Amino acid sequence: MAKVIIYPTNSLILSDLVQRFGHTPLAMMEKIKEKVTTVGVDSPPMNITAEEPKHGLKYAAVEVPAGVRGRMAIVGPMIEEAEAGIIVGESPMAFGCMGCARTNELTKYLIRSREMPLLELEFPKDDDEGQEFVYKIAEFLKSLDEVKGESEEATE
Amino acid sequence: MNDEAVVKVALVSCGSEYAGVHGELESVASSVNAKLVYPEIEIDVLDDIGKDFGIEAASPDLRLMMARAKAVVEGLSDVDGVFITSCFRCAEAAIVRNEVRRYINKHSELPVISYSFTERTTAATLLTRMEALTTIARRRHLLAREKQSGLTAGIDSGSTTTKAVVMRDNEIIGSGWVPTIKVIDSATEAFNQALEEAGVKQEDIQAIGTTGYGRFLIGEYFGAKLIQEEITVNSKGAVYLADTQKGHATVIDIGGMDNKAISVDDGIPGMFTMGGICAGASGRFLDMTAKRLGVDITELGALAVKGMEQNVDMNSYCIVFGIQSLVNSLAKGSTPEDVAAAACHSVVEQIFEQQLQEVDVKEPLILVGGSSLIEGVPKALGELLHINVLVPPNSHLIGAVGSALLASGYVEE
Repeated sequence: MAKVIIYPTNSLILSDLVQRFGHTPLAMMEKIKEKVTTVGVDSPPMNITAEEPKHGLKYAAVEVPAGVRGRMAIVGPMIEEAEAGIIVGESPMAFGCMGCARTNELTKYLIRSREMPLLELEFPKDDDEGQEFVYKIAEFLKSLDEVKGESEEATE
Repeated sequence: MNDEAVVKVALVSCGSEYAGVHGELESVASSVNAKLVYPEIEIDVLDDIGKDFGIEAASPDLRLMMARAKAVVEGLSDVDGVFITSCFRCAEAAIVRNEVRRYINKHSELPVISYSFTERTTAATLLTRMEALTTIARRRHLLAREKQSGLTAGIDSGSTTTKAVVMRDNEIIGSGWVPTIKVIDSATEAFNQALEEAGVKQEDIQAIGTTGYGRFLIGEYFGAKLIQEEITVNSKGAVYLADTQKGHATVIDIGGMDNKAISVDDGIPGMFTMGGICAGASGRFLDMTAKRLGVDITELGALAVKGMEQNVDMNSYCIVFGIQSLVNSLAKGSTPEDVAAAACHSVVEQIFEQQLQEVDVKEPLILVGGSSLIEGVPKALGELLHINVLVPPNSHLIGAVGSALLASGYVEE
């Protein structure tokens, strides 16, 4: 089982696919749920506190707007935690919209910078492409078991 | 300075020529005998650079910036240093600029500076940075020097205080520390203090090195062999005093007027940043805090260690607001201890937020400059970064020590 970071980070479909193949999706929804249900956050649904943009400084310099840094405070640790990644480009809003373009650029860059299995594909435009899309994701997720198995053997 | 070899500096920008600052960039480069070079690229590279580099920037000019960085790393453009620059307040450029800086630093040994400019950026603002870049490229052999030899002196004419040391055979034998009033008079006084303590005469000194804001004026006055900006000199002085000349180190110099954060490798600066948005983030704010609390600056540290910064809401983003917070908190009944702690924390927090994002902090973290002697400052920095902060002996003398050390290279010549 691998921890898989998905992009868009709030895609329910990607999250579901990752889960169906026995892996753990690292998704925005989970993190936001943790935030709004954790005792101590002032008034749910409070996504970002005043401290978050400061934590985001780890991923983006101070000149980067506070909104990007605040988002990165949530996304950044997920990328660090990831063992594999799936990036879907050119996706419509309904597939999982991440509203801030600058955060998206940085998120994709940081995922790509990690040395880990990564699948990048474009959002399908018709049924055939849709089937191919799901097939590729499925094959990738299956391959993670093998990669994971090999690395576990190597460490033993 | 200008009889030295021309240093080729790659200008990796997303179009500084449109921002009205290009004349200033050219002017500062020519003043340190550097030539700005635009790394050449194949036009086709631009189609895929977003994916290749990993950041699919919307701005084609930022893609050009990444392509130029790649050309530098791959050696397609033969340069001695890199100056990365983009507009202040551009979010996308801030992301790309930072990653381009890291990329060049990771894949080459070239010195790199990154800077975000406003339309008011002047050559004078850029001088120390560009001078440091060319010094690293030009004087690598000198910066590799690890021991002082002979009898040399170093004078650091800072914005607030002037420091001088006399060194003999790798040891400090005399030092002087006075407030900077008239640059030459203060330097003479500090130098005389150091000479007296060392028990030597000025004519016995084999080589003098100068640094700091007044370096050119006092360098000429004392006939210095070495006149060098404070980035390279302070890096050298810091790793020498902390006895960490090999490997990585991070040097933070909290000065009277500005701060420097420098990432050092084997004593040679790699990435560095200078600044502090306002004097609120520098030693000057601590000086004003001490005055307002009615204590000597040397007593502020001990006071701060006893206080709790959480008890005071302090914002020294600007020195005016900082003083306002200070006055307000005292009026509300805060203790001087808490106010002193909050002032130290506020200065350090600003350095963390504004400057440490531009360099990769690697241990050991060496804190130097007069402010490092205020105990509350290293304490606050250590708490904020969760690492052990090293304050070497004579940490306020680094500029003078670095100058004396580097100047000794001329004794052997």
